[in-house]
Amino acid sequence: MTEQAVAEHAAPEAHEHAGVHDPNAHHSPEEIKKEIRVYLIVFGALAVLTGLTVYACYGLKMPAHIAIAIALVIACAKGFLVAGFFMHLLSEKKLIYSILGLTVFFFAVLLWGPWHHFVDMIGHK
Amino acid sequence: MEGHAEAHEHVLEIPHNVHPRPDTGLYNAKLGIWLFLASEVMLFGALFSSFILIRTSAPTWPRGWEFLNVPLATANTFILIASSVTVVLAWANLRLGNLKWGRIFIGLTLVCALAFLVNKGFEYTHEFEEHRYPSTSNFLAIYFTMTGLHGLHVLGGVIVFAYFLFPGAKMWKTEPARYTNRIEVCGLYWHFVDLVWIFLFPSLYLM
Repeated sequence: MTEQAVAEHAAPEAHEHAGVHDPNAHHSPEEIKKEIRVYLIVFGALAVLTGLTVYACYGLKMPAHIAIAIALVIACAKGFLVAGFFMHLLSEKKLIYSILGLTVFFFAVLLWGPWHHFVDMIGHK
Repeated sequence: MEGHAEAHEHVLEIPHNVHPRPDTGLYNAKLGIWLFLASEVMLFGALFSSFILIRTSAPTWPRGWEFLNVPLATANTFILIASSVTVVLAWANLRLGNLKWGRIFIGLTLVCALAFLVNKGFEYTHEFEEHRYPSTSNFLAIYFTMTGLHGLHVLGGVIVFAYFLFPGAKMWKTEPARYTNRIEVCGLYWHFVDLVWIFLFPSLYLM
């Protein structure tokens, strides 16, 4: 199976969307090789961020509240890299964004409970 | 008669296995996996929500690194990140028409997943040897529940990748694009498993 043939099979309608970076669309072998370079850069960034989290929270034995803040900020940055580049959420279809929007809403509802409790607890202190 | 059989086969064919639906722009499996992942967010979200509630209510809370094996968990984090890269590289190579390298990267993903589980096994064994069980404390109950559920997801990935590395790879001969799409869908699941660990690791081991 040649490169072109697989790419054509994978997304035959892709020519209609030419020029847009879209994981569902056809990409030339050169574009795919460019993507591979991006994946490797993201891998490097994730490895560095992991090292940074461990050094800051475990190596320096920071107080709990600082460790929580640092770890959460870095985890969010890593999450953004994985979701944005590996899961291609930076350039997905609207339907997927809609599904995720609904998911984020319900996830926020789940977190509202403990947040409400936390605020209530601080008010009683 | 032959024509009738062909027509019947055509009727039974599941549409949009490879070609995206014109209205959504997505092939069926991709839409399906995102719906599944949405349900997974709620599953882990409920556990994280419970974790925060229990932790903020507790008068004292242990720091995970005081007794958990941080170096081993850090190694596992690197292993999962590496496996996320190998699975996108597998997909990229299949899109380039290179089955050989596609399978090599699927194999590497499988090895990473197995290494993660072996490390986790060492960790659990050590905890049990130290008489630390889920019933010992709230922290350990949360630790075993969340890492256990995550481990089951890794095990699910192992089964799926093993299937696509060996018997499932036959599909490449007849439907290479469909096989490529399947690896993309498996990859999306696998990245989610990585994403969960990215938040679990600092929450349990470092805070």
